[in-house]
Amino acid sequence: MNAQREAVSYLRFLRQALHVATEGGWLFYTWMFVLTAIALVGANAWAVQVRDGMIRTNMTDHVSWGLYIANFTFCVGLAAGGVMMVIPAYLYDDHEMHDVVIIGEILAVAAIVMSTLSVIVDLGRPDRFWHLIPGIGKFNWPISMLTWDIIVLNGYLLINLHVVGYLLYTRFCGRKPNPKWYVPFVYLSVFWAISIHTVTAFLYCGLGGRPFWNTALLAPRFLASAFVSGPAFILLVMRVVRVGTELPMHPGPSRLLVQIIRVAAVVNLLMLFSELFTLFYAGGAHLASAQYLFFGLHGHYGLVPWIWAAVFMNLLGTILFFTPAALERSPTRIIACVLCVVGIWIEKGMGLIIPGFIPSTLHEIVEYTPSLTEWKVTAGIWAFGLLLLTAMLRVAVAVFTKEMALQSDREPSTRASP
Amino acid sequence: MSESKSKLSLPVVGEVDRRTAIKAGVATLGLAAWAAAIKPWFEWTAELSTEEFLQKHYRELTPAQLQQVLQRLTEEAREATGKNVTVKDHKPIPGVQFAYALNLSICIGCRKCAEACHIENNHDRPSNQSYIRVFEMEKGGINFEKGNAHYHHAVPAKDKYYMPVQCQQCENPPCVTACPIEATWQESDGIVVVDYNWCIGCRYCEAACPYHARRFNWEKPQVPPEEINPNQSYLSNRLRPQGVMEKCTFCLHRTREGKLPACLEACPTGARVFGNVLDPDSEIRWVLENKRVFVLKEELGTKPRFYYFFDK
Repeated sequence: MNAQREAVSYLRFLRQALHVATEGGWLFYTWMFVLTAIALVGANAWAVQVRDGMIRTNMTDHVSWGLYIANFTFCVGLAAGGVMMVIPAYLYDDHEMHDVVIIGEILAVAAIVMSTLSVIVDLGRPDRFWHLIPGIGKFNWPISMLTWDIIVLNGYLLINLHVVGYLLYTRFCGRKPNPKWYVPFVYLSVFWAISIHTVTAFLYCGLGGRPFWNTALLAPRFLASAFVSGPAFILLVMRVVRVGTELPMHPGPSRLLVQIIRVAAVVNLLMLFSELFTLFYAGGAHLASAQYLFFGLHGHYGLVPWIWAAVFMNLLGTILFFTPAALERSPTRIIACVLCVVGIWIEKGMGLIIPGFIPSTLHEIVEYTPSLTEWKVTAGIWAFGLLLLTAMLRVAVAVFTKEMALQSDREPSTRASP
Repeated sequence: MSESKSKLSLPVVGEVDRRTAIKAGVATLGLAAWAAAIKPWFEWTAELSTEEFLQKHYRELTPAQLQQVLQRLTEEAREATGKNVTVKDHKPIPGVQFAYALNLSICIGCRKCAEACHIENNHDRPSNQSYIRVFEMEKGGINFEKGNAHYHHAVPAKDKYYMPVQCQQCENPPCVTACPIEATWQESDGIVVVDYNWCIGCRYCEAACPYHARRFNWEKPQVPPEEINPNQSYLSNRLRPQGVMEKCTFCLHRTREGKLPACLEACPTGARVFGNVLDPDSEIRWVLENKRVFVLKEELGTKPRFYYFFDK
């Protein structure tokens, strides 16, 4: 029976994947151990928060969303940005890109998991999670933008899991993947990637009572910044894969990613400038949040250091990306990537979510800094996401280097990986 | 869960078995660590009943199921407080549309309304919660930027006027649109309510509200038993669970019984007018017809049912 044989080889794929994902050198084990430890600290902090209430966070009725939703927004962007490898690979049929496109998709999977976790930890009643499940619960679709976001995020996760799983599995079997089974999904994922970040922006810009978010530029800005942070993160991952494994990384795709970042970073800065011009030149009620964010308001300066750090990092990162060194495998490129990733994390998070609440809708100023619980939980989510990313990359590298294959019965080597 | 210790040698078994054994051991340790880490979660769920967990949405309960729920909540409340609490269900009265109006010329900013709300609705005592915030405003405009909700001096102060703000019970409520699970909705008499047993606490409604009218239960509300208001209703002033949203309900447990809201009864100057706008002889109707009333943030299109006016 063909189906039966398929099932057997799929089980062997899963078994070998589990095996490979837990095999490595001491560096690999240390890395995984540290990540697990941080994830455990985060899980504990979250469980305590559920028991004692959200009072464990520093959120208030005035600033009712904080670090969690900030991190959520960034992770959605990261997931959407992962697809920037797919567009050149498939739409322009760039063959060198085909081999590394899987890295972008694996990143997308990990980032979506992180963003979903960021929302779950923000719920006051996670025990009632089933109320969100269509059919059993009461899903307020299509009215609530949040339901749209749930649909697009889960859809994106499924699409990417399918593509990644299918490509790795067929390669594992030593077969050529059948384009019928993945190319349509790849094209779908391109549009879907844009939808996840657009819908996430609509969550905020659809609220008429929050002037700071209520701007049509929000969704395009989200996309532009995602197309910086996503590829920058991929560049970092590719560097780790190249140094830490036997998988060869061609310089072509990295160069293309740098080119994409150059364009997206400039567009992002241009839109930010346009937004700031409109706010500050016209003035009025819309200005209060931006004033608070950039210069402080009525003696409150909580976000000023954050946003200027972000502006500085984004500007410097962009400049570094424009140097010739960024096109080579250079420390410059690494620094530029780190600057842009961190800069956008701040800009999309502390610089966008928090000022939406300060001043409040009745112009009261209540400031916010994340509590220790919030930092622990967020670090835990990142650790879990990186754990997932590492395990998936480990499997992908093993499949690509034939360390893991259906035909060979040789014991997989225990060479280190990221 | 795949930590180190691979250099430990177990001499009897072969390389593959040894590694597998170590992996299994580490995985077990890892699972135990996870279980220990999320133990507080189980301490919390131990206090929750299965009936509560499986309870359907308020509007999907049959009359018999609703009675069971009310009975359970009543029993729980009596047990917790030792007082003769009754949790009832008040349905909207057909042919009634509530509206509220507030005379800014005579409001003196004493905050008796906020205090009455605090007591009537069994609000959390430590945080001094209330659905009403009173702003001390500067004469010369309606500018909240120059308003102050934290004044501590004799009222009324010179050259100031006072603006109490609570839920505007919008005809076009952004909070209801935002909710992903229909845990908040508008009833036929115009009151926007929350099913505290259905809300998941995502606080999207709180972000959506332009009037800062919604409150979240950041922890379990604490009210000393002797201060509990025992006349409670499912959709309004019963003790709220931890981690859910709540809001002003125009005291529906009173107003749907023909009484007036607690904030109105507490007002010493008679600045507040409440009633059924569909009743042509009502005082609220007279105010809306004869005074030059206005609503907050009219430009947002939320159509509040809460009106303000100046007398002179």
